[in-house]
Order: sequence, then structure tokens, then C-alpha cells
Amino acid sequence: MTGNSPASEVVLEVADLTVGFPSDDGLVQAVRGVSYGVRRGEVLGIVGESGAGKSVTSLAVMGLLPRSAQVSGSVRFRGRQLLGAADAELNTVRGRNISMIFQDPMTSLNPVYSIGFQVAEAIRAHHSVSKAAARNRAAELLELVHIPNPRQRLDSYPHELSGGMRQRVVIAIAMANDPDVIIADEPTTALDVTVQAQIMESLQTAQQQTGAAMVLITHDLGVIAGQADRVLVMYAGKLVEVGTAEDVFYTPRMPYTVGLLGSVPQLDRPGTRLISIPGAPPSVLHLPAGCPFAPRCPLVVARCTEKEPVLEPTTGPEHLAACHRSAALVGAAPGDVFDASASAVVESGRDA
Amino acid sequence: MPETPSGASTATTTAAAPGVPTSTGVPPPERKPTVVERSQFQLVLRRFRQHRLAVAGLVVLILLVLLAYVGSAVWKYKFGAFTPDESAPPSFEHPFGTDSTGKDQFAQVLRGTQISLQIAVLVAFFSTLVGTVWGAVAGYFGGLTDTIMMRVTDLVLTLPLIAVAALLGHSVGGTWWLISLVIAGLYWAYVSRVARGVVLSLREKEFVEAARALGASDARIIARHLVPNALDAIIVNATVLVAVAILLETALSYLGFGVTVPDTSLGLLVSESQTALTTRPWLFYFPGLFIILIALSINFIGDGLRDALDPRQPRARQ
Amino acid sequence: MLAFATRRIVGSIPVLLVSSFVVFLLASLAGNPLGPLLARNPPPPPQTIAAETARLRLDDPLLSRYWQWLTGLFHGDFGPSVISTLDIGTELGARFLVTLRLIAVAMLVALVLAVVVGVVSAVKQYSITDYSATFLGFLFLSMPSFWLAILLKQAGIGFNLALGDQVIFTIGEATPNFQGSFWERIGDVAGHLVLPTISLALISYAAWSRYQRSSMLEVLNSDYVRLARAKGLSRTTVLVRHGLRTALIPLTTVTALDLAAIISGAVVTEQVFQWRGMGDFLLNAIRTDDVYATMAWLLVTATVVIGFNLLADLLYAVLDPRIRYA
Repeated sequence: MTGNSPASEVVLEVADLTVGFPSDDGLVQAVRGVSYGVRRGEVLGIVGESGAGKSVTSLAVMGLLPRSAQVSGSVRFRGRQLLGAADAELNTVRGRNISMIFQDPMTSLNPVYSIGFQVAEAIRAHHSVSKAAARNRAAELLELVHIPNPRQRLDSYPHELSGGMRQRVVIAIAMANDPDVIIADEPTTALDVTVQAQIMESLQTAQQQTGAAMVLITHDLGVIAGQADRVLVMYAGKLVEVGTAEDVFYTPRMPYTVGLLGSVPQLDRPGTRLISIPGAPPSVLHLPAGCPFAPRCPLVVARCTEKEPVLEPTTGPEHLAACHRSAALVGAAPGDVFDASASAVVESGRDA
Repeated sequence: MPETPSGASTATTTAAAPGVPTSTGVPPPERKPTVVERSQFQLVLRRFRQHRLAVAGLVVLILLVLLAYVGSAVWKYKFGAFTPDESAPPSFEHPFGTDSTGKDQFAQVLRGTQISLQIAVLVAFFSTLVGTVWGAVAGYFGGLTDTIMMRVTDLVLTLPLIAVAALLGHSVGGTWWLISLVIAGLYWAYVSRVARGVVLSLREKEFVEAARALGASDARIIARHLVPNALDAIIVNATVLVAVAILLETALSYLGFGVTVPDTSLGLLVSESQTALTTRPWLFYFPGLFIILIALSINFIGDGLRDALDPRQPRARQ
Repeated sequence: MLAFATRRIVGSIPVLLVSSFVVFLLASLAGNPLGPLLARNPPPPPQTIAAETARLRLDDPLLSRYWQWLTGLFHGDFGPSVISTLDIGTELGARFLVTLRLIAVAMLVALVLAVVVGVVSAVKQYSITDYSATFLGFLFLSMPSFWLAILLKQAGIGFNLALGDQVIFTIGEATPNFQGSFWERIGDVAGHLVLPTISLALISYAAWSRYQRSSMLEVLNSDYVRLARAKGLSRTTVLVRHGLRTALIPLTTVTALDLAAIISGAVVTEQVFQWRGMGDFLLNAIRTDDVYATMAWLLVTATVVIGFNLLADLLYAVLDPRIRYA
């Protein structure tokens, strides 16, 4: 899974992480044996549909899952085991070595405390500095994420800021203590497209300033394309494809990845038919045997419903895919694999 | 919140052999659905049944109703009838004992229960009816109509209810249905607040716009679209109201401004027996116990309904 | 902030005015002050009836009576009582202070209890503590206050017997003709306060703790609490600074809205413990068809409730920056 290149160290290593939630109808297996590693300075993108288990994975790393969750596996930060650690120990890591940015900026900030207070709070949680010093640092951080008039904004309340600005405050909080890992959980999903670019830029700043490893979770391939060094594709709680961004985007070896790529409109290739993957993601409550993607896969064979495929190297040792039919995808375009006959056509920009 | 995929989806997954196959594989056999489809009503019923206290409350209430009406009809001693056994402690002959004039307390308490239940139904009916219409109209039309209507509601709620109820109760006399009307005449205000709140949030929804576009009149929109959607909140509110109304009536009767002689009420029974607490405790405890039973079962039912109609959090198995 | 406060205060005045009219109508139409007089046996001579009618202003038209009453209020004249020697204003004033201490202490106790129980229940959701607290809460909500009060009276007597000394008092609000130092007097008053306060507080706390519990649960599951935990703050800090602070805000409005209900409760409680407070005043007024006394009572309580609601609104604005400039 992770190559052990001596160049930069692996700061976060997740091994065989499994998360289940008990419910009225049984155990919901949200994450089923996920393993990955991130190095300092690297951007790891985790892609998948809603409900694939991406957010749950990160919350498990941070130790922020509800108490009823059943978690097993291993999460190591610089060799330290985080899973099952006491709250007091986790609190030294949270917000200091590993920080997180959540999806909805409108609800991420406490409405009754000022912006300055909430940023300074992050600093003072891990460093004993004076209120004034923390306040100064807070102003610096706000400036770094391009919030106009940072000094005045310190006394503003969250409801006085737009969604984009609030998310930037959250980013400032995340980078406050120079973390080694920043986890961004769908940071742009709740925002307008025009604001997305600004947020991605702020995230880049955060990463460059701190030199941290970034885990970028999203269901939007466009967001991944420009930012990620490596990509993990998740489906039904498991990793189905792992590789560098180039590997995954240009030579996908799992039909689900192919389908995802084919459903993204590309303005530089007008006339391309968009494909849609038929069916819906499976209920992770009672997963049947075999590959969870089998019901929707056009390349399915009998073997697919009997045995769940494991991640195996495809084009190279660092590019892994969990599919029995990877070989069939060599040189295939999305339109070859999925039926595109009744779907939308990408128009060129000239008409309309 | 993390996306915890719920298992209660009503979709079934079937094998789809998509369009023009370029695959050479054999399509897999049809898969059985992993979850069962359930209708909205069934879901509500199922959630209600999971709330054990609510179910217990329902059972107790039904038993109380049966006892109050069927029980009193078949019981050998009638309410208000004097017997030669005066101040007798509980026995098989008189399960709840008798008072100083020989009246069988079991019959008295059953009659009091009848009164409480009847008042509950009347108050629930009238206050919900008036309150819902009032609140829905205010919320729907907004503006000046809303302000004026809600000011009236606020006025009713500013005055301590027991004071107004006592005043009105004193002037109209002590029959149970008049007292119910007095209480209903005050409680509609609480219902109207709830109804207005719901209507305000529903008013801007698309289905209202659609109805308007189809030419529906205001009355029709309110009656056919807004009120049915507000019913969830109103029903829950109504059950709480009923429990409170029962307690108000007993308090009124205790003070002497509610149901009076020749009829009786559980509150009246308590007030008549408060000095005999140490000497003839059965006269005091049984009426009180019944008040608690009625109110408690209704409160539990209300809580169960609230959980069933609007589950806020999925309950995790422990 | 000041503008907000001024606007609200000014806005309350028309409400008060309308309230006064409604109160006047209600009291005047609901009772016939001459009733008890006319019901006397042997009936009183016509001159007495005429004199009483004039004194009680009953031959004046309704609106004129209202005007007389309203203008009289501004110099402390609450109108003629059925008991000709009674000055409604002074009597009500004294009674008000008596009831005030009961309601104030009971509300405080109920609030503290509700917050503690609500927070503990929310933090330990679905535990035995939570379930027991919920059950107890429901039990108190379903209990008739007068019944509970009578039981408490009994318990108080038992307590005194066990102790061999009268520490807790079950009748009245203070020992009449009490001789003693200032602190002894406080002790005496406290001893009379204990049972009625418990009685009144237990019912209120039950409703509020349910509310606080759900408010706390909502807050604990919010995104900003999750972010606070992601910052690495300790559990307690997150609970108090981010959880409690925000969860307490809705409680202020609920408490204010419930004041009328608490006053209702106090009326009943005072009856059971035989306090000479507002409750007793009102019930006597109603029983004797003392229209002006009833009116005065209703107006005073309406004013207090409106005033208290205003205070709660202002407090809310202080606690929640979002509505400060609304």
C-alpha cells in the first residue's frame, strides 16, 4: 500500500481500519478494512460517493466517532497508536499534530463566541501563551487565509461572515499549531463553485505554510484533479483503487473508477457522451458475498459475485486495484465500458 | 454528523445488466432484497411500539377507561349512594374504603376518573380545533392579521390560567362540561402557537406554491395542505395539553372552583380528605394515585408519539 | 443594545393597556359584587343596597368605570373593595412581597436542578441515570401539586417529630408576632419556606429538565462542538464552554414563558400551606365577588409577567449575539 521511500517519512499510517455502527436493523459496516499511509507534504485524495465511508474513516483517525461505534484496526501517528487511546492522550494530538476541517462552515463555528476567540482558543489549547499573544497569532492566521481586515474581524461573530469566509476561519484554526496532518472532509461541498477555488487556494496555503500531509476527502473528482498527489477510491466501505493521481486518472483499473471519470463533463472534449453508472450503492447493512460493485458493473462475471477482490498491483507496484477484471480495462475509455447511448452529450462552449 | 448509512432504505438492489454489453461475462442471478419496504404508518407504529413506556401508558389508559365506565356500571355500589359502613378502611366489600357518610370510595374514584377523562377529551377536542384554526390562519396570512391574532393569544397566556379559570369557574357553576369549556377556552392559545409555528415554516414550501398555481383558495390550502402537515406537532402537543388540563381541573376542583357537589372530581375528593390524611389515609391516597396514573400514562403516550412521529436521533443498540 | 431595549419597553406599553382593559372586562362581567349582600337573610334595607351600589360604582356605565379605575391606578387607588375597610393597594402590596419570596426561591431551585439533571442526562444518554431521571421527571409532571404539597406537609411534621424540634413549619409564611434577632427571623422565614419551595420547584424542574436535556443533546451533537473537540480541548472544557453556554440560551425563554404557570402553582401551594399571600388574596376575592380586588390582582400579575418576559428577551440578546441587532 504505501511505498517505503526513505525520502519523506510516513506520518500517519492506517491499517485494516474497520468501523461498524449498531442500528435497529443490524450492524452497519461503514468501513471495512481500510489501510493507507500519508507522508509529510503529500496530498492524499479520498474519493467516493456519499455513504462510502470516507468521512467515517477520518473521524475514526481523530477519535471523534460516537461512543456506540465499534472500531478495530490500527491508526498510528508517528508510530503512536491512536485507536483506543485515552481521551487525554488523544487531546495532545488533536488540533496540534492532526487537525480537521469539516464540511459545513455554517455550523462549524460556535455562534456565541467571536472569531478571534475561537482561533485563539485553538492556539491556547496547546501552548501556554498570553491572551494577547494568541490574539496576535490569530490575526496573522486570518491574514494568511486572506480574510480582509483581519484585526477587525477578530471581534466579529460567525453569523457576520459569509460561508466562504467561515470556512477560511476553520482552515486558519486547522493550521494554527503547525500540524503534521490536515484532514479536510469535503471542505467545498457546501459552498458555491465560485468560492470553491478560493477555499482550495487557502488549503494549499495551509499545506505549504505548515508542510503538513493533507488528506483531502471529496466526491468531486474535479477538486482532486488539481490538488492530489495520490488518490484512494472508496466504495461501500472499502478501498477499490489506490495510486498516484496520474495512474488513477489516466489508467484506471477498476470499473467504478472508470465510471466516475466518465461521468465528469470535460469541456475540452466536446461531443463526449457522459455516462452514468446504473443502480445505486448497496446497503452496507447486509452486504452480499463478492464484490459490492457487482450489481452495477458491466464487466461482471460469475467470479465477481463469489469472492470479494482484494487490492492487487496493476500497472505498477504503487497502483493497486480491487477487481477481478482489471485486465479488461487496459486501453478502455469510459464509453467502451459503460453504455452511453441514452445519456447527456457534452456541448462545446460555443453554442447557447 | 458522519454519514452513517442507515439500513432502513426502501430500495431493493437487483442485478442490472446495463445496456450494450461489451463484457463476455454471465449476468449474475437475481439478488434478494436486503431490507423490507415499509409504509409511513407502519414506520410510525413500529417506532411507537419500541417505546416501552408509551406502550405501557397506552395499556394503562385503556384499562382506566374500561374501569371507569364498564367497571362503574357493573360495580354493586353506585356513585353518591350512602351505605351503612361509615369510615370503613379498604376491604373486599369496599376496595377503596368509605368516607364518613358511608359513600363507597371505589365508586367515587371511578366517577372522578370518568370526569377527568371526559374533560380531557372535551378540552383536547375544542382547544385543538380552535387553536389549530387560529394559529394556521395567523401563520398563513401573516402581516397585520398575524400580529393581531397572536397578540390576543399572548394576552391569554399572560394571565395565570388558574386565576382566570377560577374566576370563570366560579361564575358558570360546577358542571364538568362547563369547566371543560372554561379550560378549553384558555388552552387553545398554546395549540395556536404550535400551529402557527409549523404553518410559518411550511408556508414557503413548494407544494403550497404549486397549490396556489393550480388556483386553490386560501381556505383550501390551509385545510388541505397546511393543517395535515402540521398534525404531527399538534398531536404531540395535544397529548401534553390533555395531561396538563386534567391536572388543572383537579386543582380547580381542589380549590372549590371546579366541579362541585353534587358531582365529584378526583381533586374534590382530595380536598375533602386532606385533614384525614393520618386517620383515614385511603380517602387521600386513592384519588391522588388515580390522578397520577391518568396523567402519567397520557404523558408517556405523548412522549412515545413524539419519538414515533419525529425521531430526532436513531437509537443506537447498546 | 440600548435601542433594542428601549424599543421593547415602549412596545410593551400598548400590550399593558390592552391587558388592563381585558382584565377589567373579565372581572366586571364575571362577578356580581352585590350578590353576597343580596343573598343575606334577612335581606338588607334598600338604602344599604343603594349606598353599596354607589360605592362600588355599579350604576356607572362600563367604560366610565374603566376610565375611573385606570386613572385611579396612577395614584395608587385600586378601587373599592367589597370589604369597605380594605385598601386593595396596601394589602396587595404586602401580599406581593410574601409571594415574591416563594416564587423567586422556587424558580432558582428549579432552574439549578433542571440544568444539573438535564446536562447529566444528556451527557450520559441512555444510561440508567438518564432513564431514572426521565422517569422521575415524568412522575413529577404528572403529580397534582396540591397532593404533593399535602404529602410534604405530612413529611415535614414527621421530620420535626424525629428531630424533636420544630425546624420545618407547615403553616403560614412566618411565625406571627415573632420576637428575635434579624438572623433568627431569617431562620424562621426559611423554615416556613422549605416545604412550599420544594413543592413548587419539583413540578417546574421536571418540565425544564426535559427541555434542557434535549437542548443539550442537540448542542452536543452539533458541528461546532465536534470542531471544539477536534481542536484538542478537554471533554470538560468542551462541555461547559461550548455545550452548556449555548444550550442554556433557549432555557431563558422557556423560564420566562412559564412564569404565569408558576404563579398558578403558587396559588395552589399557598392554599395548602395557608400562606397569606397573593394566592389567598385572589381566591378570597373571587369567592366574595370582590370585582376590584380581582381586577387589581390580575393587572399586577399581568404586569409582572410582561415585565419578566421583557427581561428574558434582554437577557437572551446578551447571551446570543445573533439576535442583538434584530
